[in-house]
Amino acid sequence: MESAADGPAQPRPSTGRPSWGLPFGRARRRSALSPSSRLPPAPRRTQVKAGAAEVAEDTQRTAFLLRKQWTLYSVTPLYRFSEAHLRDYSRLLSAFVAAEKKKGLAVEIGGELDIKVSVTSLPDLKGSDRDQAAILVQLSSRSSASPKNSEEKVIWSGWFCCVAGDELSENLPEAFTCLPLFLVNGAESNTAIVGTWFQKTFDCCFRRLSLSPFNLSWMAAMWTGCKVDKPASATELVFSVPRLPHPLHISYAINLEDAQALWATIQKTPGEITQEEVDVFMDCLYSHFYRHFKIHLSATKLVKVSTAVASAHCDGIIKFRQSQYLTGVLMLLTELAICQIQ
Amino acid sequence: MGGGLYETSLPQGPQKRTKLQQESQKSFPAELLELVGSEGDFQQKLAEAILQEKKDFTVNVHIATSLPLPSERDHLRPQIDMIVFMIDIKNKYSLKNVEDSLAYVDAKFFLGKVCFLVTGVGRVNCCSVDMNAVWKLGENYCSPVLFCELELEGTRVATAQRLLRMLQICAGYVPGVSALYFSTLMTTFSS
Repeated sequence: MESAADGPAQPRPSTGRPSWGLPFGRARRRSALSPSSRLPPAPRRTQVKAGAAEVAEDTQRTAFLLRKQWTLYSVTPLYRFSEAHLRDYSRLLSAFVAAEKKKGLAVEIGGELDIKVSVTSLPDLKGSDRDQAAILVQLSSRSSASPKNSEEKVIWSGWFCCVAGDELSENLPEAFTCLPLFLVNGAESNTAIVGTWFQKTFDCCFRRLSLSPFNLSWMAAMWTGCKVDKPASATELVFSVPRLPHPLHISYAINLEDAQALWATIQKTPGEITQEEVDVFMDCLYSHFYRHFKIHLSATKLVKVSTAVASAHCDGIIKFRQSQYLTGVLMLLTELAICQIQ
Repeated sequence: MGGGLYETSLPQGPQKRTKLQQESQKSFPAELLELVGSEGDFQQKLAEAILQEKKDFTVNVHIATSLPLPSERDHLRPQIDMIVFMIDIKNKYSLKNVEDSLAYVDAKFFLGKVCFLVTGVGRVNCCSVDMNAVWKLGENYCSPVLFCELELEGTRVATAQRLLRMLQICAGYVPGVSALYFSTLMTTFSS
């Protein structure tokens, strides 16, 4: 049964936006006259491409994003957010943070920490010019006990970004800014404070973005196919076995070369991945495991995928490992965030 | 108002594969519903919910983890009126199990006596199954796809009521509505 996949086939620069049929409840395109084409076209995505070798500065500016654990949130469009007023936002946010910190809690021994807030823009992290540039919010503390030789230590970072978010930004009215993905590293209390301020100021809504095992298996397949220069770690999949009295986690590590060789035999069109290819890849891994251990991994829940490119956990935690694939991974995450918002 | 629960464990060892044949029409007072799925607890709970529903005909529920059913009990088994295949979206293996079991169902059942029940839809964040594949399954086998959440008592009871109503139609107890007509209605309007 072939149905014209008109969405992904459009010649757009580096986006193969699939018509990603959300599980049940989402309006599917129906044509009563041709019953054979009732189903949405099978999702396909473009392979994560290594970003064009940019100047060393760019990679340095974004180097701090690598090898840190980022918690994912999806954010609805921000109302009346303007990149020109980032300084004002810093001041307002820092006043808010200071007020919240002083609220009804005991004063810390050892001098109060001044918390400095900076809101800056990261222009490199976007897919195309249609996307909004990423916005970075950082909370850094400086101990006021010894102001002279104090160093500012970043205690919390959060950044909004949008990579290839055309699906959402196209239909937005003028006053809204589309930055659907929010990544956080730092204490939960600070996240709550910053999140509350943004919600109140820009009338947006933050929601934790979890990654379902279905999405994780896509990531495993997509990222295995990426070429990495340095000899990299193995691809690791962690499964959690449900309904047992004691929690059991199964960790399945695959040599990177073997995984890449397997993926090379499966992928038909270089640069594009279909649902079928992902299914075949995962089924091969599962059947290999079954042959050795007689355990059906397909009956368990995939909770973590760890590859040389990035690692992702089902609770919505991501770690970037390669700067060249950063944009590619962000594109996938933006797509998932947009799915959650809509 | 009675009714019973029959269970078969997974067939052990190589089985003589027999196709599930629909027996000649007999006027049985009891209706038999077959639940096929690798679910375990929730399958049991759904069966109990169905049996507890107030009804004025006898219903028997047979639970199986997969098809084919063991051939030794063929002669004892009454005619099956409806088969419900249960797919858990959190469990990719359950989909494979159902796909394999479908091969052992006689073609006559697909005229409205088969239905796919997708469970676990309350936990979309744990979804392991490709929904497109499930829709495609429903379309290929011309059978309706229902969604439910068996962890919650309320939806379990509602699902039991739905299945019971469908069972009544499949067994021919609702005048003017045949199983084929009803399943066509369901597949056209399901979303």
